[in-house]
Amino acid sequence: MTADKIWTLVQQGFIDTLYMTIPSTLLAYLLGLPLGVLLVITKRGGIRERPTLNKALGVIINFLRSVPFLILLVMLFPITRVVMGTSVGTRSIIFPLFVSAFPFVARMVEGSLNEVDSGLIEAAQSMGSTTFQIIWKVMLPEALPSLINGAAICITTILAYTAMAGAAGGDGLGKIAITYGLNRREYGVMYAASIALVVMVQVFQMIGNILTRVTDHRHR
Amino acid sequence: MSEQTPMIRIEGLKKTYGSGQTAVAALSGVSLTVMKGDIHGIIGMSGAGKSTLIRCINRLDTPTEGTILIDGQDILAMNPKELRAMRKRVSMIFQQFNLLMQRTVAGNVRYPLEISGVPKAEADKRVMELLGIVGLTGKVNAYPAQLSGGQKQRVAIARALASNPEVLLCDEATSALDPITTQSILSLLQDINRRLGITVVVITHEMAVIRQICNRVTIIDGGEIVEEGDVDEVFTHTRSAAGRRLFGIVSTEPHDEPQFRDAIRIVFDGDSIDAPVLSSVILKTGLAVSILSADVKQLAGKRYGQMLLEVPESYEDRAKLVTALRDMGVTVEEVHLS
Repeated sequence: MTADKIWTLVQQGFIDTLYMTIPSTLLAYLLGLPLGVLLVITKRGGIRERPTLNKALGVIINFLRSVPFLILLVMLFPITRVVMGTSVGTRSIIFPLFVSAFPFVARMVEGSLNEVDSGLIEAAQSMGSTTFQIIWKVMLPEALPSLINGAAICITTILAYTAMAGAAGGDGLGKIAITYGLNRREYGVMYAASIALVVMVQVFQMIGNILTRVTDHRHR
Repeated sequence: MSEQTPMIRIEGLKKTYGSGQTAVAALSGVSLTVMKGDIHGIIGMSGAGKSTLIRCINRLDTPTEGTILIDGQDILAMNPKELRAMRKRVSMIFQQFNLLMQRTVAGNVRYPLEISGVPKAEADKRVMELLGIVGLTGKVNAYPAQLSGGQKQRVAIARALASNPEVLLCDEATSALDPITTQSILSLLQDINRRLGITVVVITHEMAVIRQICNRVTIIDGGEIVEEGDVDEVFTHTRSAAGRRLFGIVSTEPHDEPQFRDAIRIVFDGDSIDAPVLSSVILKTGLAVSILSADVKQLAGKRYGQMLLEVPESYEDRAKLVTALRDMGVTVEEVHLS
């Protein structure tokens, strides 16, 4: 295959990969972020202690996280068909990616928020803050650098999952690498697609690192 | 100060952590009244229960038993909304400052105004005013990480004052600071008490803090109040063992001297502090007196001297000495040193 053709292939794969990664990450945060907050505030000693709810959430999240993505993808076929209108193709993958990623996001958010100094939360309480004010004005802003760092990890993890899209008739760099490299032994294409993936991961991680640094005011 | 009204009234306060066999009583029946306009010190060794006590006053800790009235209102009966309103009237500063690290100095001071819905322009003006009070107008846009400990506590004080509180609770507010910074923070607290009429409750394990700014003191030991009164009164007539320990009357260090012996403690203040009391007494009685320890302390702006004298062997000599000392206008008490 000519370099020109490979380039066109990789370009399309890049666009497909982004098309799967970005929406599913955003959706995963839409649900995972509030869920992470809920996990932190309902834990024992949290600002809205609800141990039973906390345990129930924990069990559900752990269950979803323990199912391998490929299995989840298949298990979700009927639901995906209802939600996305189809269970095959690039677009359909967004839903299983979201389902697989939001529990991971929730745990990442939980970890970041748990790092916030409990003294700050007490100070906010002593000033008469509502629970919402503590979450919105204290916990989230104070954890911002850590949340951004977590988001970079989440997006690269989701990016890696998109490689499995081929199994459900989706496209993307992962699919290209598998079809051309594994099935047709066109290693040039495989390497090109893989390098493109590596570059994407690097770029996401770099952006994450920069944003983490500029938003962190805890150093002198 | 006879016409004072109570600001905080605590009755039979108990706080137990855990339950059953492992239950630990942090407070076992504490009753205490803090008057409006006072700077009331609560002093005790670590683990005495003083931090639990102050945290119950704004309900950061919920007591197991007892009542707490703030300006006549029962805070233990309050619903969450009333509790938040009460907390805006009772501010708190902490040993570790607890500033929001992701907000600037101005942002920190603005926080209480934000949560109360003060319009932005008004809040900005108030922030500058508050930073003026604590002397930090030059650090408006600095982040807490760029400040020294003393500056951080000043920001915390400005933040605590933002809601126009009637009470300021200070939980070991100077314990993380060096002695010079401690002095300046204590002066600031005193200034705030005088200028703004805010009642101040100070929790500390350092006698120096009580001596410098408090007019009332409560000594707490093992979850109970062992002594309470005006600072100079408690200092001149220390009754409790914990008080003596905190005032440094009984040395906690082991010494070579005999295990038990009697001594006379004399405290002089006002006129007698500059008078040559001891020389006069020695000349008058003809007794040789040996001094075990002596020092002069600043107490709420006044100077006090205290001295420990060895007791003469005979009863008559002892009586003669005590009478002569009393005639000189000093407070005399016999103490048992161990």
